[in-house]
Amino acid sequence: MLKYLIPLGLFLVLVVFLAIGLGRDPHEVPSPLINKAAPTFRLPQLKAPDKTFSAEDMRGKVWVMNVWASWCISCRDEHPLLLEYAKSGAVPIYGLNLKDRPEDALAWLSELGDPYVLSASDLEGRVAIDYGVYGAPETYLIDQGGVIRYKHIGPVTPDVWSDKFLPLVQELNRQGASR
Amino acid sequence: MKRARLFLLLLLLCVMSSFAAAQVRRAPAVMDDPAIEERLKTLSHELRCLVCQNETLADSRADLAEDLRDEIRVQMKAGKSDKEIIAFLTERYGQFILYRPQVTPTTYLLWFGPFVLLLAGLLVLFRYIKQRRDMIAEQPLSSDERRRAEDLLRTGSGKETA
Repeated sequence: MLKYLIPLGLFLVLVVFLAIGLGRDPHEVPSPLINKAAPTFRLPQLKAPDKTFSAEDMRGKVWVMNVWASWCISCRDEHPLLLEYAKSGAVPIYGLNLKDRPEDALAWLSELGDPYVLSASDLEGRVAIDYGVYGAPETYLIDQGGVIRYKHIGPVTPDVWSDKFLPLVQELNRQGASR
Repeated sequence: MKRARLFLLLLLLCVMSSFAAAQVRRAPAVMDDPAIEERLKTLSHELRCLVCQNETLADSRADLAEDLRDEIRVQMKAGKSDKEIIAFLTERYGQFILYRPQVTPTTYLLWFGPFVLLLAGLLVLFRYIKQRRDMIAEQPLSSDERRRAEDLLRTGSGKETA
């Protein structure tokens, strides 16, 4: 009896491991930046290139930074969702426009709508490297102290937004209010 | 059925190539120092391209890979050592960017797991061989058994006499 049970048990363990492995998206590399200070930067604003935007400007606020580009295919899928999230007013969404021609980026925003409070232009992609971006869209949640609390790779689906982002935003706002 | 599958495959290929096309647009890099290019080549063979994942940073044509190679060039020019550059990259992209992850408690299983499995396998093998050897080893008959055997042979009936 044991002779059959042992291989069966081993097989089941293997099945469980493979099932977990198949269910995971290999493109989701865990970011080492979670719970670390958001890298500082100062970049020109997309709509007003003479003005700049910095992560420092956001001290004391909970905010979301969404990395996007007009050449990014998944960003197009994500865009209407972002518009919805922005309209709900739960948390301000700022854009990091990655390696885009400003005219392309502006055309995209006027065509599809602008969910961002403002977008910063990362023309060279240097800031994106500091944030460990390897595939737009990527979305960061940054707290009052300038610490990255969550990162999502790929389009932020309604599930991710309501299960991951919103609860964290609420908790951070509560903590911030009691501080 | 087969046709549908072929069609899907073709569609997938088209989608993938359009991704590749989107990733190739970029400005040319500065590569004027052969010594740095040589160092970059060695170092980038150790690094994973995060977009394609099974390609090294040296082989990849992805946009991000080119940017990272540029970043490495800049840092090498600034006199950073390979170690410092690797630290810079793992701070941002995690150990996943290294084809040979560092030996830390989180990677012990990765590094030593195969050897543990090998040892366990050897142990099982040896135990099995020993058991088998004991099973088939010739054991001399005790004097009692020998007498019984002789009895049996003498009577020739094959019937055991008590």
